[in-house]
Amino acid sequence: MEIQSCVTILNEWDIVAARQLGRNVAKELGFGTVDQARITTAISELARNIYLYAGQGQLCIDRLNEQGKTGLRIIAVDEGPGIPDIRKVMEDGFSTSGGLGAGLPGVRRLMDDFDIDSNPGEGTDIRATKWLR
Amino acid sequence: MYNEIISHIKDRKTTLIEEWIERVKEEADERMITVVSEQVFQRTSYEFVDLILLSLSEKADYQDKLQLFSEKVVRLGWPVTFVVAGLRTFTHIVHDDLIAQGVISKEREGEYLEFLDKWMAPMSNEIIHTYASTWEKTVSLQKMALQELSAPLIPVVEHISIMPLVGTIDTERAKLIMENLLEGVVDHRAEVVLIDITGVPVVDTMVAHHIIQAAEAVRLVGARCMLVGIRPEIAQTIVNLGIDLNKFVTTSTLRKGMEKALEMTNRKIVGLEGAL
Repeated sequence: MEIQSCVTILNEWDIVAARQLGRNVAKELGFGTVDQARITTAISELARNIYLYAGQGQLCIDRLNEQGKTGLRIIAVDEGPGIPDIRKVMEDGFSTSGGLGAGLPGVRRLMDDFDIDSNPGEGTDIRATKWLR
Repeated sequence: MYNEIISHIKDRKTTLIEEWIERVKEEADERMITVVSEQVFQRTSYEFVDLILLSLSEKADYQDKLQLFSEKVVRLGWPVTFVVAGLRTFTHIVHDDLIAQGVISKEREGEYLEFLDKWMAPMSNEIIHTYASTWEKTVSLQKMALQELSAPLIPVVEHISIMPLVGTIDTERAKLIMENLLEGVVDHRAEVVLIDITGVPVVDTMVAHHIIQAAEAVRLVGARCMLVGIRPEIAQTIVNLGIDLNKFVTTSTLRKGMEKALEMTNRKIVGLEGAL
């Protein structure tokens, strides 16, 4: 069973909208305050990456229900420039924009499952899931 | 043709309005009807038709009234598409009624329709325009309000200032925070600045990055920065993200931060003798 809601990311305020959506869904599913903060922070990172690097894209929130487990999946999809070296961006401290370079590796630590698929010139597709315990 | 139509609308105003309201209601989605009460809906509809009549007679206060009306509709939360569609519906009703009452003959039908259309077009343009500018005004007002409560630096005691941050931090605000912080530190001759993030809902890498930069800049002008109001869940996400905040002192609450800041400037709070 999957129910999806999406936010289109075009400007900085859409990041706030995506975050709000994520927080509401997380609350609904019964995540605690710490996990809520983790989920909203992860959404914030992914949405900001879309805004910064791709210009526009979509951030979707899935409610998952698999084998009796409840979860929340963040899907961030864009058709931006893509990531040439995925291993590199998953390293702490690597940034092309002068930031802290903690975004993507941080998201992987904040969430339980993390999948990234990106081809240069085609865009990026990131999926991160948090399970309710 | 002109006067014909005006007098016709004036004569059959009530019938026309009733039919119009009914038709508009059919077309409108449920959500909108439930948002406003029946009474408001009726009143606004009458006002709307009055306005249309006024636009025909070309009185001077038409522009002002139109603007007022548009603003009111915006506040009611009616979508602009609904208002424009309503205008078109009204044109059709008037046209149908003109034919039904035998005011115009079958042969001149097209001519009248064209005339009505021409007369309605500037009005719907005007409504869309007013609508858009009313929204623009609302947005810019809110932006201003947001900026006003953005980032004040408050001198609490000598050499110690506090900057409470409330709400989302975006690039624009981050810039403002930095400016206010540096200006304030120099103006108030602060030695220690406490940045309170109790009211910041999400601390992601960008927010952390801006805070770290601000702290670094504060250090350059000769003061020290302290990060206070770190809620437990924020502390955990900061650790998960792997953000290094070792460079400055952090505390969970503003109160503890204040005590520490006094300590750093070689002072402390003491109770008066004889006090409880």
